[in-house]
Amino acid sequence: MNLSVNIAGLPLKNPIMPASGCFGFGKEFSKFYDLNELGAIMIKAATQEARLGNPTPRVAETSSGMLNAIGLQNPGVDQIIKEDLPFLDNYQTPIIANIAGRTKEEYVKVASQLDQQPVIKALELNISCPNVKEGGVQFGTDPTLAFELTNAVKAVTTKPLFVKLSPNVTNIADIALAVEQAGADGLSMINTLTGMKLDLSGKKPLLANQTGGLSGPAIKPIAIRMIYEVRQQTQLPIIGMGGVTSAEDVLEFLLAGANAVAVGTANFQDPYICQNIILQLPDTLSKYGYSSLKEVMFDSCVNPSISL
Amino acid sequence: MKLECLRVIENHQLALDTYEMRLQGEVLPILSQPGQFIHLKIGQVSEFMLRRPVSIADVDREEKSITIIYKVVGHGTNWLSTRIIGDEIDGLGPLGNGFSLQQHKGESILLVGGGVGVPPLYYAAKELSKHNHVTAVLGFQTSEAIFYESEFSQIAKTWITTDDGSYGYSGLVTELIASLGSFTTYYACGPNGMLKSVQSQLSDIKGYLSLEERMGCGIGACLACVCQTRCNKGYIKICKDGPVVNADEVIL
Ligand SMILES: Cc1cc2nc3c(=O)[nH]c(=O)nc-3n(C[C@H](O)[C@H](O)[C@H](O)COP(=O)(O)O)c2cc1C
Ligand code: FES
Repeated sequence: MNLSVNIAGLPLKNPIMPASGCFGFGKEFSKFYDLNELGAIMIKAATQEARLGNPTPRVAETSSGMLNAIGLQNPGVDQIIKEDLPFLDNYQTPIIANIAGRTKEEYVKVASQLDQQPVIKALELNISCPNVKEGGVQFGTDPTLAFELTNAVKAVTTKPLFVKLSPNVTNIADIALAVEQAGADGLSMINTLTGMKLDLSGKKPLLANQTGGLSGPAIKPIAIRMIYEVRQQTQLPIIGMGGVTSAEDVLEFLLAGANAVAVGTANFQDPYICQNIILQLPDTLSKYGYSSLKEVMFDSCVNPSISL
Repeated sequence: MKLECLRVIENHQLALDTYEMRLQGEVLPILSQPGQFIHLKIGQVSEFMLRRPVSIADVDREEKSITIIYKVVGHGTNWLSTRIIGDEIDGLGPLGNGFSLQQHKGESILLVGGGVGVPPLYYAAKELSKHNHVTAVLGFQTSEAIFYESEFSQIAKTWITTDDGSYGYSGLVTELIASLGSFTTYYACGPNGMLKSVQSQLSDIKGYLSLEERMGCGIGACLACVCQTRCNKGYIKICKDGPVVNADEVIL
């Protein structure tokens, strides 16, 4: 079955990609399977300077999910270009670079540097990391700031620009429409939801950062609802994510209005998860009466309210 | 590193809340070195999204099995404790850098273990005792929590301490170590507080620490498990650069 899809001018051989922060820069997972099998790879967030991230513990398991407060640890954009991108250049798989920053200037600087890299095929603007005091989410919760930032980054790149939305808002469609007006070529959603877990014996938060971002199957219904809501208001391509662990989940995201699907937390439980989902997708689509990915898209994107 | 379905061939309670399990496989046990760990998937559905890192306490290459010792502290480890012979568990491993033991010959080596930090030292003790004089200081909370005393006694001069004084030496492992004379090298594994005191107490000899941290991926991709290093070298990843590290390189 032909699984290829084109999102914002970016041709993908299948709609499945690992989500940012859950796959590093690919090297570790390349020991399990050929990264060329993936539709795309979303790499870990890059900031201008190296960041050390938050103190540990940084992760905690919750029912059907996990909390993380990594805090955007990364070696900085120069180092990423020098040390991590050359490895990814060995693959044909399109690389989508995730960008974070404290200020509009930082985002613009990092974006323009990554825009110069031939191996990077699209940018993902992370305005939704809940785990740093300054580093994005202030831009992701205010439509005006989201508009200004998207606009400024769009001005320095010729590559497709996806804006990664935060679910920690009252009306996600407002933010989606603001970044669309600012020139975003697509959306990716959702980032993690702010949560907290207490350690009963220590009688204090389990994560050193106190709060963390909730991901995994626990947030899937929220992701589906938000993608469905946003799909009613815009035709922008959407990379959907949040709790995907199976080909059935992928179909659910596509029907809700996503054009491609990213897998995050599930990579920790099963390092082969993206490969397995890609293998199972054709059978799953046939099981529900589809003979191509395009048919699913037609059902959902053209008229989502009828199909559901 | 391999993802393999491992068969439970033994699982029984060893001490207070502490279980010993033997797991058989084809490839993973053969590859395992002392100090490495395996990352075990918990349950069949997506309720438990994070694997549990468990250190390898022993390897039997003929039987193609590894031994792990774990403490029941929550739902995940409780699930492990209810596995029966013949059940299968999905294991990823062996992971991380273990102890480098070959370089030691004719040395006087100290092993310091606290609680579930004791198991990885057993496999190390077996290897080290072939060519060295090994002393083991093993700390437990209370007498019911003690395990592997006789196993260690067969290969090392073994001292047991308990926090509540219900067995062996009453008090902290560091107090006992101070009275034991001198060593050329030490290996330690246990709670962070213990490692920190041992690290400063034995700063004049070569030491190795086996670190523990909450993990996500277990393979170096998610940055959940970092530890700060000296000399502005930034962070190391415990799952990939550790769990065994040079004691003088890390800030606990
Ligand atoms: C450990 C971890 C690190 C993450 N790091 C990033 C990041 O650097 N940038 C980003 O945009 N999202 C990051 N995310 C969010 C994921 O990309 C994804 O949006 C979210 O986890 C929901 O998908 P999931 O339920 O499949 O994990 C991270 C998530 C996790 C669990
Ligand atoms: S657990 Fe993911 S980097 Fe160590």
